[in-house]
Amino acid sequence: MTVNVGPHHPATHGVLRLVVDLEGEVVRELRPVIGYVHTGIEKSCEDKSYWKVIPFVERMDYVSYFFQMEAFCGAVERLVDLEIPPRARYLRTLFLELNRIHSHLVWLGTTALDLGAISMLWYCFRERDKILDLFEMATGQRMHTRYFQVGGVIEDIPLGFEAKCRAFAEEMPIRVGQYEDLLDRNEVFLSRTKGTGVVSRERLLELGVTGPLLRAAGDPWDLRKAFDYLAYPEMDFKIPVGTVGDNYDRYRVRVAEMVESSKIVLQCLDALPEGPFIAEDRKYVLPPRSELSTSMESLIHHFKLVTEGYRVPPGEVYYSIEHPRGELGCFVVADGSAKPARVHFRDPSFVNLQAFRDMAVDGYVADMIASLGMLDPILGGVDR
Amino acid sequence: MPDAPGLELIRGEIERDCPGAVLATSYDRAQPALIVDLDRVLDVLRWLKDQPGHRYDFLSSFHAADYLPAQPRFGVHYELINRDRVERVRVKAMLADHGEELPEIDSCVELFPTAEAQEREVFDFFGIVFRGHPNLTRILMPDDYVGWPQRRDFPVGGEPVTFTYSEQRYD
Amino acid sequence: MEVERRSLREKQLEARDVLRGDLEGEDLERYVEERVVTTTFEKVQNWARANSIFPLTFGLACCAIEAPISIVTARYDLARFGAEALRASPRQADLIILSGRVSIKMAPVVRRLYDQMLEPKWVMAMGACSSSAGMFANYAVVQGADKFMPVDIYVPGCPPRPEAVLYGFTKLQRKIMGNADQGWRRRYDAYGTEEWARGGPRSEPSPEAARAYEEARESVEALRDAGEPSLA
Repeated sequence: MTVNVGPHHPATHGVLRLVVDLEGEVVRELRPVIGYVHTGIEKSCEDKSYWKVIPFVERMDYVSYFFQMEAFCGAVERLVDLEIPPRARYLRTLFLELNRIHSHLVWLGTTALDLGAISMLWYCFRERDKILDLFEMATGQRMHTRYFQVGGVIEDIPLGFEAKCRAFAEEMPIRVGQYEDLLDRNEVFLSRTKGTGVVSRERLLELGVTGPLLRAAGDPWDLRKAFDYLAYPEMDFKIPVGTVGDNYDRYRVRVAEMVESSKIVLQCLDALPEGPFIAEDRKYVLPPRSELSTSMESLIHHFKLVTEGYRVPPGEVYYSIEHPRGELGCFVVADGSAKPARVHFRDPSFVNLQAFRDMAVDGYVADMIASLGMLDPILGGVDR
Repeated sequence: MPDAPGLELIRGEIERDCPGAVLATSYDRAQPALIVDLDRVLDVLRWLKDQPGHRYDFLSSFHAADYLPAQPRFGVHYELINRDRVERVRVKAMLADHGEELPEIDSCVELFPTAEAQEREVFDFFGIVFRGHPNLTRILMPDDYVGWPQRRDFPVGGEPVTFTYSEQRYD
Repeated sequence: MEVERRSLREKQLEARDVLRGDLEGEDLERYVEERVVTTTFEKVQNWARANSIFPLTFGLACCAIEAPISIVTARYDLARFGAEALRASPRQADLIILSGRVSIKMAPVVRRLYDQMLEPKWVMAMGACSSSAGMFANYAVVQGADKFMPVDIYVPGCPPRPEAVLYGFTKLQRKIMGNADQGWRRRYDAYGTEEWARGGPRSEPSPEAARAYEEARESVEALRDAGEPSLA
């Protein structure tokens, strides 16, 4: 029997359509059909100057918007050979880790909801609202903040942000402990997640899967530790690794990552250096507004940057970072003009979705739903 | 990353085993790239994946770009990672546009199963055919869509924003 | 209607009389008047409909994280407006919130969901993308959901704050109850000043558009006559 799940379905995390061949309740074959939220972002980016691309790309994977911004800004910074000041590096790391906690909270809330633990949704979103308050305090927007710019961050953090952020990061491990209390001894949750959706580590590597899925299968591959970028080399944090690679391990890995991210947030706040928050190179970075009334060069730079944008010397760069779901890569081809010639994102959910078939085949339909939750696809990233 | 001399060493070793496969190397902005002949791509990928000492066995990303107006027009890029030494290398192959006929290249799905969905995406957006791919159909656009959206000569689309006073007078 | 303030003792005596069946005449009429509201059936129906909307759990993209997920959570509670019961099945839902960009592949699916909903049904275009394609003026996004389905209320924002969605929701409730809030047009008595660009609801279609519509209609009719199963 062939069943069509989605694209509108209470459990799909976005508009994912699955064509499932069932034999009784056992899944025999699974074909995901995607493209239902394809927005043509990569094509639109070719039409816009570089700084206008930033709001476009952050709307791809819509729960972890800072990561897309970082991937694109990092790629362009490598193209123009621009070094960002230390304060900007730490601020970027801080916001990336807050976004990682935010993404995992949304994941935990919605996945627990799918598996029946409905009250988890309310608790996770209570914490998520606190993170969004922090984002709003610093950037003015809850989601899609366009905070990272090429050269650093667009604005410094306001007074009171540090205290509020510290309070949040100190409280977060306690909250995570409460979530674990709710779920870790829940018989239904355990029996639905233990032993289901197992894929071997070699198969995951063949399929190009990265992130918590790979770490749950026992492979400690994390781009934050493998490649040095931003302020991660100076941070002290562990990488949670699972053993079996079933859904329960994926849940444990992500929950432990939330605690590690809180530690990174506290370390960033402690070590935040003073200094400029964006690079000084006026060819690529807007001058501060206070200078516009006194300096003619600043006015001209501002005018050129806003109307035409900065030109990037020809070349191509592939820059990747550790996204909550895996490796997010950004490939930018520059042709010397003010608009990129090609922007491509290697989205982790797109590649991870190929593992879904292996996770669900020869299991029950209910296990397929559990695997879908633990796979954590975000269809905005899959479809771009 | 292997630095520039390391890249030349790799090229030399590949020349020994697959002569004539690598057309050029490029070390731009600290990113090494091997530009490979279109028909020998699989040989080079297999060599990089299996050679002891150069186990570039993780295909991190596979994507394409349209370099119009430069010819040859299309470039496909394979981003490989050596997880033991934590190094990246890019393998690039250029394809020319043949007008009505679609450009073709061998599929690397047997070497790297992760490329299955990524090759479908490149086919969907650029019209590049992968010989040997199990299911080469459109993945993100609707199945009956006509056109290859990500090519440079395909229009962005959309419709112009209408403002009241720029329209004909209302009735 | 004025309500006289009476002491508790008087009210207790009146209650005792009612229970005994002793209250009559003018006192009885006044008693009933204080407790019964007379209205038309339509008003009651609209009031009931507005205060017990069942939204459809339908999320497309980024706006879906703000609604329907964030507005049902504890801080921006949608349940206080009566819309606690989010239904997954379109047959049981009243309100479809188009939260997110409608791509060309998804548009027929959304239209089918809308057709599956039972009357009365309402549509909220949440966010810039479903109102008018937002920033995505390209080949892959339908330029506004009102190109293929009627929309009752538009909530701008990218994404709109949950408070904005709730404000739009209350405006929708007022619209359902019959007195749609015309906003500044009522405050300044500015009716009749609406301007419609070519193609707006009150204008005639352009000749090219009319011809294209005729051709599309004829081709669909031809397919239906030829026995196309999906058009039956």
